[in-house]
Amino acid sequence: MNPAIEQILSRAQTLYEDVDYKAVAEWKSCAPGRKAIGYMPIYVPRELIHAAGMLPVGIFGGGDRLEIIRGDAYFQSYICHIPRSTIELALSGRLDVLDGMLFPSICDVIRNLSGMWTMLFPGRYVRYVDLPQNYDARVGGEFWRRELTAIREDMARLAGGLITDQNLRNSIRIYNQNRRVIRELYQARSEAPWLYPIAQVYAVLRAGAVLPPEEHTTMVRRYLEMASQGSALPEDRSRVVLTGMFCEQPPLALLITLERAGCWIVDDDLLLGLRWFTGEVPEEGDAIENLAQAYLTQSVATASCYAPDGQRGRWLVDAVRQNRADGVIFCAPSFCDPALLEQPMLVAALEREHIPHTQFKYSEDTGQFAVIREQAGTFSDSIRLWSEA
Amino acid sequence: MSVVEVLLGIDLGSTTTKAIALDRTGRIIGRGITNTRSNYEVASQIVRDEALVQSRFELVRHAMEADPELSGIERKFIGSLVRNFRQQQHLEQLEWLESALDRCADAPRYAPQREAVKEALHRICQAMRARVPGHFSELAVRKSDFFRDLAAADYMQLAEQFSDSKHASFDVLCGLFDAAILVVENAAGDGAFERHAGPALEQTLANAPTDICEREARLRSAVDAVRATELRVLGMVGTGYGRQRLPFPKEQVRSEILCHGLGAHAMFASTRTVLDIGGQDTKAIQVDGSGIVTSFQMNDRCAAGCGRYLGYIADEMNLGLHELGRLAQESTCSVRINSTCTVFAGAELRDRLSLGQKVPDILAGLHRAIMLRAMSLLARSGGISDEFTFTGGVARNPAAVSALQGLVQQNYGVRKLNISPESIYTGALGAALFAQRAADGGHAA
Amino acid sequence: MSADTVKASTVQKEQSMVLQKQLIGDYYDSLGRAREEGRRVVSTFVPGNLTELLRSFDLLPILPEINALQSGMRKLSANYIAEAEKQGHSEDVCTYVKCDIGMLKSGNVGPTGVKLPNPDLLLLSYTGCFTFLKWFELLRQEYQCPVAMLHVPYLANGRIEPHHVDYVVQQLRTEVIPKLEQVSGRRFDEARLSEMLALSAQAEDDFVWVLESAKNEPSPIDAYFGGVYYIGPIFTAFRGTSQGVEYYRVLREEITERIRLGLGPVTPEGTMERQRYRLVVEGPPNWTSFREFWKMFYDEGAVVVASSYTKVGGLYDRGFRHDPNRPLKSLAEYCLGCYTNLGLPARVDLLERYIREYRADGFIINSVKSCNSFSVGQLLMLRQLEQRTGVPGGFIESDLVDPRYFSPANIKNRIESYLQMLEQKRGAGVTA
Repeated sequence: MNPAIEQILSRAQTLYEDVDYKAVAEWKSCAPGRKAIGYMPIYVPRELIHAAGMLPVGIFGGGDRLEIIRGDAYFQSYICHIPRSTIELALSGRLDVLDGMLFPSICDVIRNLSGMWTMLFPGRYVRYVDLPQNYDARVGGEFWRRELTAIREDMARLAGGLITDQNLRNSIRIYNQNRRVIRELYQARSEAPWLYPIAQVYAVLRAGAVLPPEEHTTMVRRYLEMASQGSALPEDRSRVVLTGMFCEQPPLALLITLERAGCWIVDDDLLLGLRWFTGEVPEEGDAIENLAQAYLTQSVATASCYAPDGQRGRWLVDAVRQNRADGVIFCAPSFCDPALLEQPMLVAALEREHIPHTQFKYSEDTGQFAVIREQAGTFSDSIRLWSEA
Repeated sequence: MSVVEVLLGIDLGSTTTKAIALDRTGRIIGRGITNTRSNYEVASQIVRDEALVQSRFELVRHAMEADPELSGIERKFIGSLVRNFRQQQHLEQLEWLESALDRCADAPRYAPQREAVKEALHRICQAMRARVPGHFSELAVRKSDFFRDLAAADYMQLAEQFSDSKHASFDVLCGLFDAAILVVENAAGDGAFERHAGPALEQTLANAPTDICEREARLRSAVDAVRATELRVLGMVGTGYGRQRLPFPKEQVRSEILCHGLGAHAMFASTRTVLDIGGQDTKAIQVDGSGIVTSFQMNDRCAAGCGRYLGYIADEMNLGLHELGRLAQESTCSVRINSTCTVFAGAELRDRLSLGQKVPDILAGLHRAIMLRAMSLLARSGGISDEFTFTGGVARNPAAVSALQGLVQQNYGVRKLNISPESIYTGALGAALFAQRAADGGHAA
Repeated sequence: MSADTVKASTVQKEQSMVLQKQLIGDYYDSLGRAREEGRRVVSTFVPGNLTELLRSFDLLPILPEINALQSGMRKLSANYIAEAEKQGHSEDVCTYVKCDIGMLKSGNVGPTGVKLPNPDLLLLSYTGCFTFLKWFELLRQEYQCPVAMLHVPYLANGRIEPHHVDYVVQQLRTEVIPKLEQVSGRRFDEARLSEMLALSAQAEDDFVWVLESAKNEPSPIDAYFGGVYYIGPIFTAFRGTSQGVEYYRVLREEITERIRLGLGPVTPEGTMERQRYRLVVEGPPNWTSFREFWKMFYDEGAVVVASSYTKVGGLYDRGFRHDPNRPLKSLAEYCLGCYTNLGLPARVDLLERYIREYRADGFIINSVKSCNSFSVGQLLMLRQLEQRTGVPGGFIESDLVDPRYFSPANIKNRIESYLQMLEQKRGAGVTA
């Protein structure tokens, strides 16, 4: 492998494996008074944190590297895994590096976790970010503008300064660049997935959770440039879209297992918040208005957000078509309400279009992949036969 | 006839049933333990009888201690007396087994090969009888004291030897044993001391060293006095998972939480936190300075992390339950195991073995995973205060104990960890103490 | 033991029970006749329900949660859940949803045996429960009917802010009312709505009086197992109706009489005689073994004096009333203030007040698998409440309508152990 690409990947891998958030501490130590604000999946307006000169830090659970010692004491056995590891991270002091936490409205688990945070860590900044489920600019838009303004004020206060309109427009521009390069990466992978193995793509993307966006954009761009010149030859594998992974992240080994079982992953909803908008947020004009409008009109479709048109599954069918996928793998965390309640609707949409699919569940610390390997392998073989027939 | 008043506590666990007998001063004078099987009533009868039998041996000991001529030899004498008693008891149960086997073989389905089957059974039982003295010799190490376990081991081995695939196949013989052993186990042996103490005493004296033989008359009268003593059960309290089905009134039933709290307090007076890991549930209990429970948590409906989980693992690996811990301690590099799901335990194990992971390392990881579940429960109940007492079957597992010690140290700092060799009797002891309080006229609750 | 705590000879149907039974029967019958009578029906949820608004358009509400819990009580839910799981619904998710979908797939015959009409509109009052959103998205696929979405923002800080109210009122004006007008073919009549809200407030006064009667010792009511009957009319289709007003008037009279006579609550086995423990309960009940569950309490002499479940359809006892003078705003405040829409710290505050104000000996959390909105954080709530009040808490686990998650031996064991602990502590306090 090209040493330059190896360097990028090794950096990304280190960041991914670092459950102590050393990179965040390093960033903070580079200048006095620097602050960092954590956020849970799926979407928060990171621009507002960035514009205040603070570092947005994605808290996506503890993966399979964190032993849960204290976290299980707070959750019954029928609750998904991400709140356990998130509490574990906090109680073990690993999140002391953060100066605040934002909990967007993914589901009732994360919602209640915000209240637990308030009780467990009195004095720390916590905000529940209630994303509007009404997409009328005068109604949900008004509500969201007000929320955005309140978050902006909070962030300015935490940072100990003001967020000027100019700061905010600048942050929007920087995040537009970041989302753009990620979209380019997805596009490139869809065209030649053999050049962009999932382990690499995931690690590089995931670095966006802890790196400043400018630095992350550079990392993704350099990776894209170098990986695109790779010499791997196309292999005959099935092309699949993965869905259900927008919150609790699967262990990397699970994604690698799917690839080894014969699937090229050509689209997915991993780390969805990093590329939440399908287009650009306007960089001129009223920044809050622009962010609010973008949320109402350019958000990706996902289970946590109401679909007013009743077209559940439309986006999934589109993703299959646009990426010339052969099938869909539903890969959802155990006990994930949004993903699992949504699944029957998505299945129905796929079946109307005769798109093959299979499904299984995971937890972020799943360590056994034999069944998944078997199932994905069979699925991959069968859809290849299907497409040849 | 003299009368000795006793108080009984019975703990009906899902795996084993235990009894404790106290004398009027609150001293433990007898214990009983048996497999619970599915019949709580029989199990509680068996342990009750066993605790009373042991009480009588204890009374013999007291009598000898009080007699200047006998004090000093009680250990040797009673040791031999008990061994001979057990042998008698075992032989009696063997007899029952033989007749139960015979009856079972009368079932119509065995008609075609009945003769051959009965012949094989006869030969097996004969050989089993011959092995009995060996089991109860002074130097014998028994894997288990339960009749079922001892008899099953002998039977299976002999059945293999005496079976023949045409007429009396090994499978047929095994099936007969499974049916017959239930009959034996469900026939509670009443008045065992009365029946067996005499022959046991004769056997003891017949083979005794000179220091015992010289005191034959005094020993005979000591044993006879105890045989003639009435053990009057003043009160009995039941606890444990099967307590709802105990054959006594509700006033005499206490939750295992209260009993474990009080029992642990009685064993270690400074106990503030109790962890009990039994077959099907795990309990974390906080008690105050008088053994009164202030808070508790039990595992949720999922049995992951309970003793039963280790049972599955042992079965899966063809090991005895008591061997697991020792094997785990040979680990040099514990494997991280995230799931303690009982349902998937077997599959996970096979998967890991196929990956080339070493058995001790996997087992060490499993023990740690179980103790992590216990840590969660402890945290839910209010943490771990000094002193910390660990009870239940799993407390006898060295790997579980060392995993727990590490986690406690890491999360709560230094805590004194108490484990009694008698920890399996904690609940029964608490129940007996409640019986004592009731008999004292105090508040039973 | 029940002979000790419950006097069996007094088993009798109180007039309020007869009334309620009749209300429910009539309600399902009216649903059954809705098609032939040309009435339009709207499905909606209990928390944040807009019953008066629907009724002001002459629309009939259908409440899938109530159908599910009624199916649970009548032992129909296991098959419905199995049917939904067979159709691909995950075993991990809410059993209300699966029970409802299973019922639909099995012919949509309601719990009383009357075939239910397909809804003309799904009023998605998205209040305090994420699952509601998916539930009606699923139903939309089945019924192919319009949905009116009402996003009720979550009160993370437990306080209603003016902008919350504005947001909800705006949605009522721009989304909900226009769709109700469309479905009903009638214009919105604010005066009519106000009249109904006045009736609501009247019933609400009596309802609060009933809940607070549990402050008496002995308590004349069980505020959880009995409470679920008392909330029935006011949380569902009868708010803003004269039948609702009548029900609470009768109920209040009965309880006044019980207090005068010093009587305890009526249980399925008669009047509870001896109240040994006063408890507060957090979390919904189990419906499939409801009576068995209740019996575990009254057999031991445990009476529930306050519960959070009886607040899922509004926190009336903390002062909220529907207000005929500000109809839409008060509807908005109603939706916002429902128990499950409150942040965890506010829920703990409320339970703490109940433990103190109702002089409870203990509190029990029934954690149900189906409901993350309720359940996530309950273990922390338990610790916080114990720390703040010094009163020990008990924790049990079950489910709403999935009988597979109700293990009687287990739950009984826990409740008994817990109550014996309370008893022992009490004894220790006396003798020490």
